[in-house]
Amino acid sequence: MQELIQALVAGVLMGGIYALIGIGMTLIMGVMKIINLAHGELMMVAMYITYVLAQYFGLDPYFSLLIAMPSLFIIGVLIQKYLLNPLLKVDSILPENQVLMTVGVGMVLTEVMRFIFQADFKSVKTSYSSTAFYLGTISFNLPMVVAFGIAVALTICLFYFLLKTDVGKSIRATAQNKEAALLMGINAEKITVMTYGLGASLAAASGTLLLPIYYLFPSIGGPFTLKAFVITMLGGMGSTVGAIVGGVVLGVAESLGATYIKMGLKDSVAMFIFLLVLIFLPGGLKRLTKV
Amino acid sequence: MGNTFNWRKIPWAKVLSVAFLVLFPLLVDSDYYRHLFIIALMWVVIGSSWNLLSGYTGQVSFGHAIFFGVGAYTAGLFTTKLSMSAWWGMLLGGPVSLLVGIVIGWICFRLRGPYFALATIAIGEIFRQVAENWISFTEGMQGILIIQTFRSKIPYYYLALGLAIACVGTIALVLRSKWGFYFIAIREDQDAAEALGISSYRYKSLSLMISSFFTGLAGAFYMNYMAFIDPQVVFSLHYISIMAILVGIIGGVGTIWGPAVGAFIMVLLQETFRSSFYGLVPRWVSEAHVLVFGLLVIFVIRYMANGMVGDWPKIQQLWSRPKAVSSPSVSGN
Amino acid sequence: MHFFETRRLTKAFGGLIAVNDVNFQVEEGEIYGLIGPNGSGKTTLFNLVTGFHPITSGAVRFQGKELNGLPTWKICKEGIGRTFQIVKPLRRMTVLENVMAAAFCRTSKTSIARDKALEVLHFCELDQKTDFAASGLTIGDRKRMEIARALATGPKLLLLDETMAGLTPQEQYEGVELIKKIRKSGITIIIVEHIMHVIMNLCDRILCINYGQEIVKGSPNEVANNQAVIEAYLGKE
Repeated sequence: MQELIQALVAGVLMGGIYALIGIGMTLIMGVMKIINLAHGELMMVAMYITYVLAQYFGLDPYFSLLIAMPSLFIIGVLIQKYLLNPLLKVDSILPENQVLMTVGVGMVLTEVMRFIFQADFKSVKTSYSSTAFYLGTISFNLPMVVAFGIAVALTICLFYFLLKTDVGKSIRATAQNKEAALLMGINAEKITVMTYGLGASLAAASGTLLLPIYYLFPSIGGPFTLKAFVITMLGGMGSTVGAIVGGVVLGVAESLGATYIKMGLKDSVAMFIFLLVLIFLPGGLKRLTKV
Repeated sequence: MGNTFNWRKIPWAKVLSVAFLVLFPLLVDSDYYRHLFIIALMWVVIGSSWNLLSGYTGQVSFGHAIFFGVGAYTAGLFTTKLSMSAWWGMLLGGPVSLLVGIVIGWICFRLRGPYFALATIAIGEIFRQVAENWISFTEGMQGILIIQTFRSKIPYYYLALGLAIACVGTIALVLRSKWGFYFIAIREDQDAAEALGISSYRYKSLSLMISSFFTGLAGAFYMNYMAFIDPQVVFSLHYISIMAILVGIIGGVGTIWGPAVGAFIMVLLQETFRSSFYGLVPRWVSEAHVLVFGLLVIFVIRYMANGMVGDWPKIQQLWSRPKAVSSPSVSGN
Repeated sequence: MHFFETRRLTKAFGGLIAVNDVNFQVEEGEIYGLIGPNGSGKTTLFNLVTGFHPITSGAVRFQGKELNGLPTWKICKEGIGRTFQIVKPLRRMTVLENVMAAAFCRTSKTSIARDKALEVLHFCELDQKTDFAASGLTIGDRKRMEIARALATGPKLLLLDETMAGLTPQEQYEGVELIKKIRKSGITIIIVEHIMHVIMNLCDRILCINYGQEIVKGSPNEVANNQAVIEAYLGKE
């Protein structure tokens, strides 16, 4: 029983971070109708930024959120503006050329980092990395609790932004109905650029929050891209609230999988959930089948 | 179909290239170059198969490593588990991979567009992880080692060439038939295709079956030729699945010869970088070869959406700048 | 038994009832008109008949056979061809290839499909454009190609969804002539159209719907003079 509760706690805490990744992916998917296959790679870049700040400037990882998030916002803006948007004018046989482009972007990001930092594992050790406190017999890893708290705070800010500000409302409108939004005078190009930047900075936030409890290597992005997709899919595509639920479900499922099945298969859990939903819940995926 | 190639000009170029490929191992007495060409021919098979499903039928697969890996493991396991010749496994590599293709089609064809693409990635990763972890069956990360049949490269070369010709030839024939029309119709507009009496599910599956069959054969060939496989290589997302896409888009999606051209470009380019331009530049350049691939993807998608073959007129235009080349698009009259 | 009929056909999208309890019968050889204001459910009705949307309740019967639940492509094989209101050309294929893809509905031989396609293109007076890329056609020719494609599938019943919208008066006139010619060749037609003189000219009988419900059925004259129809189009005073 205790083992179960422990696994659930770890899963929910991790789920908070996953939710951030998922929300970023959901926003991009909603507005651009594409899957961002560079999502995990953007997160990885943010992790390296945080790593450098901590290693060479002694900056606390949580403080570097203030640098990593804007940096990734700018990178995201540039990618959308100069690589993804121009493709709308290209007549290509493959309708997925924007998706293919994100693959290329992901490869380049990964390889640039591999070039600079080599392939070895890195981690950021803080004084509190392995600190834990106990409620009864259940242990709470301090960095995970902090990360969870910041993730929740960021999510609340994001909802405020989406619900109350003009730009946020425009993003929601574009996601719901692009043509109508265009007719209402929304500048679609500006919105796509904003959205991709926002998605990238949310990925940055999750990467930075992960760093004190995780390790880092250049190709860490790929698995997280897949996780981000599984989360958005679990959450029912295009729903930001759904992405939160999806993130927590994935976190818990992985935690249970690692506890009760096999540690080595932890990363497969996401893939198996994906497959199960695909085979047994096709009704729940109605949005998927009509793009 | 839909090909803007100048057919009057091209046939001799094709005939000459095939003739050159037939004579190549006799002309060039170098195992190094024979090896490169064998690998390139294998990629002709994989790229062309990917192109049939993705370029012609419009179902962009990010998971062709599944079929390559299944073909390779079929051949390998046949030898290690049943101590039969891996050549029997080679015959089975295609059909087994085809069966896997049917199941994957059943799961994935409910999804359209980018969601299909993602499903294929996820399933590809599942296959890799299963092959890594199911040690009693696949030997896990240790991989499978067999004994090569021939010491000379020449038999392998002609086998690869035969496979490549069979694959491209079959695809060319299929595309001229009813199936070809149906594949392209589904790519262009699935709703319109359905309204014309085309079962999109059935014909997507047929396309996937042909595609997975030949990719599986290529995988089984790889097992026989290299004599060693492990999950990280044959089920690799980057080195197989994405490479297949690269071969396709660099040569030209939706063209018969595109992937063949793309395969040679990619393999030679990869080798050029891997060997640091044959030792001409510092070693560190060799580490940049994946980076170069990534940049190439970005460049090709941005500026050469139809690849070398599809955008050939555009490329020719660059050479003969002063000549005003008439646009191939059809006017309203 | 009627050649084609719907019985209590109903479609709900969530809470919105797009087609509500629609009954109508079409006899062989007839041109049957379907009219109604924008958003009244005409295209949805076509989508129900051709299996694009699942039917919520009711039935569609064609030549005595129930079509409910059949996939779109099977309904085409049963002998119902359709065009789309927003044309769906197979853009990277030529006009001939577009029509050939349709002609394969009744044959597996390329040469037979080609002959059939050329015959249909001649019938639709598109012979001059067979080798044009479908993406390069004018809107009038695209609409015509849609009809040619539907004809090449060898239908007994043809559903035409606003094939005259956006055409010049001259093209409309030619379109009307083409539809008459199709009927003469023995194909039954159900036509959705906004252009009144076209529909009044062509149709033997008309069904007018609004908000997915039948307003009136009858001859062109009866429908045109019906108070409820006038109100549906022009609004109440």
